Amino acid sequence: MRANYDIDIAVRRGTVHAIVGENGAGKSTLMKTLYGMHRPDSGTITIDGEDVTLRSPSDAIARGVGMVHQHFQLADNFTVLENVILGDEPTSGGVIRMGDARAKIEQIGHDYRLTVDPDALVEDIGVGDRQRVEIIKVLYRGCRTLILDEPTAVLVPQEVEQLFGALAELKGQGLTVIFISHKLDEVLSVADEITVIRGGTTVTTVLPSEVTARELAELMVGSELPSPETRESTVTDRVVLDVNDVTLASSGGRLLLDGIDLTIHAGEVVGIAGVEGNGQAELVETVMGMHSPLRGRVVLGDEDITAWSTRRRREAGIGYIPEDRSRHGLLLEASLWENRMLGHQTQAPNAKGQLLDRKGARADTERIVAEYDVRTPSIDVVASALSGGNQQKLIVGREMSNDPRLLIAAHPTRGVDVGAQAAIWDEIRKARAAGLGVLLISADLDELIGLSDTIKVLLRGRLVADADPRTVTPEQLGSAMTGAGGAA
Amino acid sequence: MRRYVLALAAPLLALVFSVLVTSVILVLSGHPPMQVYKDMWDYGTQPDSLVLTLNLSTTYYIAAVAVAIGFKMNLFNIGVDGQYRLAALFAAFVGGKIALPPVLHVTVILVVAVVVGAMWAGVAAVLKNRRGVSEVISTIMLNYVATGIIAYLLAPDRFAELVAGSNNIGTHPIPPSGQVPGFDVVPGASAPLYGLILLAAAVGIGFWFLLGRTRFGFDLRASGMSSTAAVASGVNPKRMVLYVMLLSGGVAGLIGMPQLVGASYTYNLDFPAGLGFTGIAIALLGRNSPIGIVFGALLWAFLDVSRQILDLEGVSKEIVTIMQGVAVLSVVIAYEVVRRASIRAQQREVGRQLADADALAGATA
Repeated sequence: MRANYDIDIAVRRGTVHAIVGENGAGKSTLMKTLYGMHRPDSGTITIDGEDVTLRSPSDAIARGVGMVHQHFQLADNFTVLENVILGDEPTSGGVIRMGDARAKIEQIGHDYRLTVDPDALVEDIGVGDRQRVEIIKVLYRGCRTLILDEPTAVLVPQEVEQLFGALAELKGQGLTVIFISHKLDEVLSVADEITVIRGGTTVTTVLPSEVTARELAELMVGSELPSPETRESTVTDRVVLDVNDVTLASSGGRLLLDGIDLTIHAGEVVGIAGVEGNGQAELVETVMGMHSPLRGRVVLGDEDITAWSTRRRREAGIGYIPEDRSRHGLLLEASLWENRMLGHQTQAPNAKGQLLDRKGARADTERIVAEYDVRTPSIDVVASALSGGNQQKLIVGREMSNDPRLLIAAHPTRGVDVGAQAAIWDEIRKARAAGLGVLLISADLDELIGLSDTIKVLLRGRLVADADPRTVTPEQLGSAMTGAGGAA
Repeated sequence: MRRYVLALAAPLLALVFSVLVTSVILVLSGHPPMQVYKDMWDYGTQPDSLVLTLNLSTTYYIAAVAVAIGFKMNLFNIGVDGQYRLAALFAAFVGGKIALPPVLHVTVILVVAVVVGAMWAGVAAVLKNRRGVSEVISTIMLNYVATGIIAYLLAPDRFAELVAGSNNIGTHPIPPSGQVPGFDVVPGASAPLYGLILLAAAVGIGFWFLLGRTRFGFDLRASGMSSTAAVASGVNPKRMVLYVMLLSGGVAGLIGMPQLVGASYTYNLDFPAGLGFTGIAIALLGRNSPIGIVFGALLWAFLDVSRQILDLEGVSKEIVTIMQGVAVLSVVIAYEVVRRASIRAQQREVGRQLADADALAGATA
């Protein structure tokens, strides 16, 4: 399998170079190659005019290339100072020279205007501060080139502003930043050059002054993409799901969801737009019964299901495509046909009474594999043997097979190829025409606009705006998601 | 096909490795390994030894299944030891006190054992669900509490009486109506097989059926493979912890029964202890599989019996403990190696078939 091929990128020193592409376009693979986590099968990487072979991240760091991961790699119970020096402690005779480390960190903070209290525990500081710690960690190791993987995905708008300020400072001091994102507005505002990746290869490199967000989006998805266009409405007036004033608090008492009101009718797709981490996962898991809300009601059809267990909700006809398929959607070490049963282990064709119906499950798995084009030699291989896209097709097939009344789809096409994406969209549309209600969460704004009948914007746990998918543009939606302005 | 080869490769490799390690130690301590093994084999295959081995493995099998039930969902019931001893004490006491028709009498004894074992394990489940106490810690500590309770109860005027003509004390002997006769199937042996060997078989078949054929078993295995995916699929994790702990404890309650109703008829100071920990080792050796545990239990029991000859030959019989320990360790490692190899092989196979399919599609396009 080629996750990347014919990648051609030239990054000039002292610039911010953005790499944009859809989910699954190969951005992360590329970055892992640059950071020495994969070795390329062919081609060269040149740093400051010198061909290099990066065998491991420590090789990359030795060459001055550092990476800030999307998911922070910090020890919560350590202080900022301890986290920064972890793995690279300045020692004399086996004793850590804390004073030296502190001085160096303060110097970095002063030089690049990245200030974090070095003695604060990481578990006590916010997301923006944690990200600064990650950046300081990289600078501490003397890196002159920083790779930032989706750095804004977890930030609120003010923090994004601060991050961009810091990036400008780094650039001003002659450092190079490679910035990976699929948020076009941000990329256009911060980057000096933008390289577009699609299907594992570089499409083009452009200057932000030369393109609009719309053009960039087209470059990203490619013209052949079957855009999920608007079509006849199938919305009925029969309510499938009614979420009423649902409020959810974290164990620390912070409100994760605040007074959510949401109605989904039969034949309607309600899309939720929002920057990751604004309550989408919590909303989905509350509707699925995995969290119990502080107050509010969830009504399915005409039954109040607020107190129902997850299993009862599933049996009542809620299909669930989880956001994180390897954590919530699959048993990676179980066979495909056993995964067919997961989540439906109490229902036909997987069970008869208290017993499993192995024959029924196997036969139905064969059907899903054929209908959804799951590429696998047999239904007896373990789920982890399949690629992410094929795993996703299996999950979608499974969740559609028990004739759900309501489908909760979190990023239903994340990581799948273009053809499979179109097939999944088709299935969702077909089911919608037959009266399925869908709650759609997606980071892909085109998917959201194309599939939804109604779009609601979720920001910091609240539904802050509605948008009409027939008129709204991804740019408008994007600014509504960050709280910068209302959508149409 | 290759799957079965892989499944057999791991335990065989582990066994060979542990024999090698043991041989090295034997050589170092000045004993010819082949001679030692031959002595053990000759002694272990005598009729009396065979009966002893089978009886011991009956007990070991039930112990290992009790542990494996929890292990299958990553629930570590280290308290099997306390559960079975407490269960055996109560069952022996009740069995010695009542008079009932034969089959009913035995049934009551077994039910008491299951209930006591389950309740004792249930304490750990409640602590985990209500207070978040790790079951590893609580079950270990409950073992000590059980030891204390047994010491208190196993006293004259409480549950026990002095055994005539000795310093031993034990519960009042279970009358014949509560005893299970053994099978005289090994020619030349002086003792019979435990009648409850059939109970062990039933426990194994029940375990296999539960795991592979029932919804509950699917929930259990799903919880073990990925607790997050299990919750998303509708498993109630707390209820699962409670049920599995009760089940594990209930089976643990049966561990002492073959001995109690088949040989000793009383719970006294000589009642075997430590079987719960042997069960952990055998569950690991048998990879928590109902069939694997059969072999693990037989092997373990055979080694335990045949080692008795070593003292007479001037070899320290602790050598066998080393062999058992190395076998468990190397089985764990060998299985992990084989598991990873098998996943990689499957991934390669999927990749190759897809590449072929693509090439075909490309050729026809």
